[in-house]
Amino acid sequence: MIVCVSHNIISPLGTTSAENYAAVKSGKSALRKYDGLWGLPEPFVASLLDRKAYADEKYTIDERIVIDSISIALKNTDIDATSKKVLFIISTTKGNVFLLDKNENGFPKERVRLGMMARQITKHFHNPNEPVVVSNACISGVCAQIEAMRYLESGEYDYVIVCGVDVQSAFIVSGFQSFKALSPDECKPFDANRQGLNLGDAAATIIYTKKDKVNENEWVACRGAIRNDANHISGPSRVGEGSFRALRIALGDLEPEKIAFINAHGTATSYNDEMESIAIERAGLSGVPVNSLKGYYGHTMGAAGVLETILSMQAVDDHNILGTRGFDTIGVTHPLDISNQNRATEKRAFIKLLSGFGGCNAALLMAKGGLQ
Amino acid sequence: MIKHQVYISSNEVLVDGNPLTHNEKGSALLTELYRNHIGDYPKFFKMDTLSKLGFIASELLLNTEGNRDFEPREDRAVIFFNRNASLQADTHYQSTIQNPENFFPSPAAFVYTLPNIVTGEIAIRNKYFGETSFMVIDDYDEKIIMKNLENAFQDPITKTIIGGWVDCSDEEHFEARIFLMEK
Repeated sequence: MIVCVSHNIISPLGTTSAENYAAVKSGKSALRKYDGLWGLPEPFVASLLDRKAYADEKYTIDERIVIDSISIALKNTDIDATSKKVLFIISTTKGNVFLLDKNENGFPKERVRLGMMARQITKHFHNPNEPVVVSNACISGVCAQIEAMRYLESGEYDYVIVCGVDVQSAFIVSGFQSFKALSPDECKPFDANRQGLNLGDAAATIIYTKKDKVNENEWVACRGAIRNDANHISGPSRVGEGSFRALRIALGDLEPEKIAFINAHGTATSYNDEMESIAIERAGLSGVPVNSLKGYYGHTMGAAGVLETILSMQAVDDHNILGTRGFDTIGVTHPLDISNQNRATEKRAFIKLLSGFGGCNAALLMAKGGLQ
Repeated sequence: MIKHQVYISSNEVLVDGNPLTHNEKGSALLTELYRNHIGDYPKFFKMDTLSKLGFIASELLLNTEGNRDFEPREDRAVIFFNRNASLQADTHYQSTIQNPENFFPSPAAFVYTLPNIVTGEIAIRNKYFGETSFMVIDDYDEKIIMKNLENAFQDPITKTIIGGWVDCSDEEHFEARIFLMEK
């Protein structure tokens, strides 16, 4: 079984997983309105890290928070990151893309290459393996975990360190603005009045290993799948095809009654949330509670799949279904069990669901103590 | 097991190791290959260089199989690797936002600033509902790629993979080494 050994989240809400969970549980959000930032002509709402706090001569902010996040996750473990039996997988959509700006001169331009950025990380930890970067748009964080599971199943490595990261910049914000995908206010996932998404900065790390036996408190990554809509490169399938198919595999023969919640992508764009409601119904999961964490962090892109998996594990540990901040009135056509309040649960499994540009979708089933 | 393979660089095209005749090189080579071997998919002209390259290479690869029925299927994955991610599209998009006096970001340019779009283009063309994935390593490494693709057969449905290396640094410089792999 593939088991989570340790994890960490660095976000505007905290620098440990525990700090982040406590903040989210109490309803905090780091979403703020920014006007005139980075010379952008239009204001936007985002969840941003304090750039000055992570200023570093040697590392870009992306690299810095990945190193910090992995360092914290490695603490209290006996993992030797210098071993060739440890693989680093980085999940990111845009990495150091800000280096393309002609006014950015602090770092070598070659660091815009994702593989070169990842090498800064493995070099820092003196790890001898070539790092693999998963860059699958918004589903990267779940894809990276599925890659980790496969590498561990095949027995080549003892540990896989998965770190998802993205840091916002004029490049990314202007692109989403051009798509008219950003909400002028704090996002409202699955709500009737949702107007789009918010973007966010974060790095999140999960370390996985393979074990023959697990105890009842250990988190097991049971199974996951990546599926394409085969429909459109920048809009989701109207019948939720890829998400439905990914969900079906993640669910497998597990009874829906065993699942505490589906942690949806829930970006609060009109199309995404509607599509997810269709896919969840098609997969026979309408009775399972659903939540979205975008109202706390915005969409953290390459970090989202890892960050949201960690918060969901902590929520189940705490017998809690986190409320969907920003949600008020159901605004999707297919039934969903969703609430803006924290709710109690005694169930021990959840599904993380994501979808993204390029028509890609991913689902991952996590179960505490494994599947009985 | 590798069944068929296609190699395309800025000035060379090989299908299962056999050279394919052409007159052009660079970006004009991709257009020439489209006109001579595909021709019925005008979306090609909207694509960025990475997607054009991956699309052409996948078409030449699938033509070796014959019998293109375009029936929907879930058992075929599309999994690519490269060095430069979507650098050509990124550089182009950056040029649209670099100058505050000439600021014209567009969704058509932005959408291609993700390397996995090429896998989506191939899935759409062929109605593949299977796995699509894109990974970046800083140097071409056959061992890493083959190990990763073998791992991908752990998916319960995947039986064949269109996989390999699809990389471009700018519109004129690119390399694709892709193959059709069976479980």
